[in-house]
Amino acid sequence: MPTICDVTHEHIIDVKNFSFYYAGVDTPNLKKINMPIGKGAVTALIGPSGCGKTTLLRCFNRMHDLYPGNRYEGEILFDGHNILDKNEDLIKLRTRIGMIFQKPTPFPMSIFDNVAYGLRLQGLKNKNELSDRVEQALKDAALWKEVGSRLKSPGTALSGGQQQRLCIARAIAVEPEVLLFDEPTSALDPISTQAIEELITKLKEKVTIIIVTHNMQQAARVSDYTAFMYLGDLIELGVTEELFITPKEEMTEQYITGKFG
Amino acid sequence: MNRTMDILFHNITRFFALFVLIVLIALFFVLFSEAKPAIDAFGLQFVTNSKWAPNMDIFGGYPAIYGSIVSTVIAMIIATPVAVGIAIFLSELAPPWLAATVGMAIELLAAIPSIIYGMWGLFYLAPLLRDIWGGNGLGLATAGVVLSIMILPFMAAITRDAMKTTPSILKESAYGMGATRWEVLKDVVIPYVKSGIIGSIILALGRAIGETMAVTFVMGNAHKIPNSIFKPATSIPVTLANEFTEADTDLYYSSLFYLALILLIISFTVIAIAKFWFLRNLQEQKI
Repeated sequence: MPTICDVTHEHIIDVKNFSFYYAGVDTPNLKKINMPIGKGAVTALIGPSGCGKTTLLRCFNRMHDLYPGNRYEGEILFDGHNILDKNEDLIKLRTRIGMIFQKPTPFPMSIFDNVAYGLRLQGLKNKNELSDRVEQALKDAALWKEVGSRLKSPGTALSGGQQQRLCIARAIAVEPEVLLFDEPTSALDPISTQAIEELITKLKEKVTIIIVTHNMQQAARVSDYTAFMYLGDLIELGVTEELFITPKEEMTEQYITGKFG
Repeated sequence: MNRTMDILFHNITRFFALFVLIVLIALFFVLFSEAKPAIDAFGLQFVTNSKWAPNMDIFGGYPAIYGSIVSTVIAMIIATPVAVGIAIFLSELAPPWLAATVGMAIELLAAIPSIIYGMWGLFYLAPLLRDIWGGNGLGLATAGVVLSIMILPFMAAITRDAMKTTPSILKESAYGMGATRWEVLKDVVIPYVKSGIIGSIILALGRAIGETMAVTFVMGNAHKIPNSIFKPATSIPVTLANEFTEADTDLYYSSLFYLALILLIISFTVIAIAKFWFLRNLQEQKI
């Protein structure tokens, strides 16, 4: 049985007896996971490659549904409601739970249109409101100073770090309740990485964050809770400082001290 | 010893690679030198002169050039929307098993020898079209229809390949914003691969313009500018295929080479634009 700490934050998400199967595979990739996610906190998922951390992250916005044959079992309660329900409105779910990827993914359009994209999808047409929301999102993503004067230039013309902050601005423009970060700094240099980490720390005032990282220092720096996973099992969920200093599980200790991984 | 083999291997492969270049240059040189008498006699006016009178030793390439371009344009107008539609379905919408099956069928269709399209055009399509738009059923429009069917599989296959270059992570981010399949396609996939799609279409155009066998039967072989696309006409490859055996004077023979040279230049230009402009851009913008 995994060691699960007491999550003192209100639970925005509760993963219950959750298993996940990739298409055509009989053994589950995630095995009966139970895990609460604290509202307004940063939860980091760590573990060696293949442990299932990214797989788990992509369940929260049902990204796996894009590829036929993938199967969920158990429950993921979001605001007390099971998002794995067959009739779940995925479009609405994905506006409430946004995602940032391993590489920056600016759309082939201008900076403004990139940030306005989600708002326009929701049917917002009023120009003044659009530009206010875009400006606010870019400010929240600490990008306004750099791009405020050239909103019409293509999003792809920005540097890698700026592109990733553009993607964050695009995600927070629709005011999601949860943001999923899938190794958001793995393609970035140290300075851009630092900017993203500072941003994550700031963003948690408004939004719950779940971040997958294979950089343990990063998990230690930005998160409130850390979950260590191994081969599809959740081994330990702990308050970040405690998990890194006094891990309860032997396997967690071996991993964070670099004995395997 | 190993080192000698390595150098030898390197040089042999380099020779084979360079040989392609040598053949190309030789080909161009032969065309040019055979066309030289006609170039000297008619100059660039050959391109605009529409009179083709072998008995008077007067040769103008305009009807053939016109026929090539117009039949190709008709083919592109018909084939492009269908091919792009097929490509969208195969790369974005179809379930994997269907995409694989239909994709395979399309690649097999692309391998059908063009003479078969020509025969089908003459014996089946031409009578059918004759009933629809009158005349004898042969002409630019019929050639355009046959050409469009012939290039459709090729165009659909390479357009699909271009669309598949959209990184899945880019599509996932659009889905992650709550976009529908149509929105992802319209806002992300098509803008992202736009130049690739255009390049694929131009490559198909390059194929159509030089096509001989599919259109020889259905063009009608009339050396004039028809007053309607439903009337018989000719094109460069059709003229070449039909008339070399009849070329009894040196100037006639040379004029055919002149036409061949013009065709080579047109095809070359078209393919160069597709490859070096549109399709190169596609590779540069990969994430």
